[in-house]
Amino acid sequence: MSQLSTRHLLGIKDLTPEDINLILDTAANFKEVINRPIKKVPSLRDITIANVFFENSTRTRLSFELAEKRLSADVINFSSSNSSVKKGETLVDTVNNILSMKVDMVVMRHSSPGAPHFLSKNVKANIVNAGDGTHEHPTQALLDSFSIREKLGDLAGKKVAIIGDILHSRVALSNIFCLQKMGAEVMVCGPITLLPKHIESLGVKVELDVKKALQWCDVANVLRIQLERQQIKYFPSLREYSLYYGVNKKMLDELDKEIVIMHPGPINRGVELSSDVADSEHSIILEQVQNGVAVRMAVLYLLAGAKN
Amino acid sequence: MQKRLVLDQQQIGIILRRFCHQLIENHDNFENTVLLGLQPRGSILLDQLAPVLEEISGIKVPFGYLDATFHRDDFRRRDFPLKANETKIDFLVEGKKVILVDDVLYKGRSVRAAMDAMIAFGRPQKVELMVLVDRKLTRDYPIMPDYFGIRVNTLDSQYVLVEWANQGQEQDAVWITEKVKS
Repeated sequence: MSQLSTRHLLGIKDLTPEDINLILDTAANFKEVINRPIKKVPSLRDITIANVFFENSTRTRLSFELAEKRLSADVINFSSSNSSVKKGETLVDTVNNILSMKVDMVVMRHSSPGAPHFLSKNVKANIVNAGDGTHEHPTQALLDSFSIREKLGDLAGKKVAIIGDILHSRVALSNIFCLQKMGAEVMVCGPITLLPKHIESLGVKVELDVKKALQWCDVANVLRIQLERQQIKYFPSLREYSLYYGVNKKMLDELDKEIVIMHPGPINRGVELSSDVADSEHSIILEQVQNGVAVRMAVLYLLAGAKN
Repeated sequence: MQKRLVLDQQQIGIILRRFCHQLIENHDNFENTVLLGLQPRGSILLDQLAPVLEEISGIKVPFGYLDATFHRDDFRRRDFPLKANETKIDFLVEGKKVILVDDVLYKGRSVRAAMDAMIAFGRPQKVELMVLVDRKLTRDYPIMPDYFGIRVNTLDSQYVLVEWANQGQEQDAVWITEKVKS
């Protein structure tokens, strides 16, 4: 098996476990590549990729751009703040205009859930979802799974707690799909107001007490409080959130085992994660960032390799 | 399916020992020499060769495995992309004499890709190519081996199959077979 079952990466939901394994195995090869003295391979030198970001992003856009450049692709960047979108152009028109300049792949972030799915049905290029609203963020889930696999050897049977703002988190949803497909057990933990209704129907455990969640898990993936997506108050104050749901060193010291701490970034230090945990030996946060480039290289390489 | 034995276990053993003596002749005390097996099958050959070389020369020559999948010129041109293998090189090739080791030399395209991949680890002083089987008159690139076990005349419709006992086969052997038509 050396080919993905899909020609777009729209969400983890559409991938098979074999697809995920292929991406993670290929990412391991690319991780070796990006640690060489010369960190570049020529695979995608005849490919042009457009990074189309309708929503702010620093690390994901940089990570994709670096992955594309390490694969020798030509890269163009587009962000909606300085574009014709402001002048009323539709999404399909904007992307088709970009594609008419002989672009082969589109990496898109959009605030509307399903935007990349819509695009994939209306344009010819391969589409990679770099986050669509509160729906999915597949490459983040893949890099999280890659990081866990690298640290713990295997995902099957591992217990992963996702802690924080589950309601607004596309990272949480993609992670749930990805981890379950790889045979891991998933728990979500957060204030009841930040847990989606019926989340247990996805087959995840639900826990309101963060200490119990930490005691249960092998890996804690701590999410950021997404204030920018919150239209109403879901908890009284950040200070109160931090007191009840912030993960700190004392909590980890009280556990009778070592657990791995992850965070998709950017961290609100002192809110969901204290600095001494973020910078501790439990944390693989910076490793996640490096793995992000390798995983995105694998995704782009495998999608480009599929014969259209 | 027609299958013709080209080399048996004993002959392969003799060739491996000959390779070692040729390398000693050309590389003296291997002071500045490294061996790179081309993944996946050249590495299996190198795994067979390395202990024999150490036994005969008394020297542990540094070696690694090089995967050239991401440097191939047929990406997006074949029905299925090839699955990459591990590259494992814990030294730089800068200024070194590199011996690339592969089992079969056919079109020369894999070796071209391998040389491209190798350069990511530095600029070697000299590169040599060692293959167990050199297929005559099939080359697409101007690439010739410096050391070869046997030179065979084959058709494009044929396939050279190298089997190793430590990979679950009955014995070390090289066969020429007809390609299976898909």
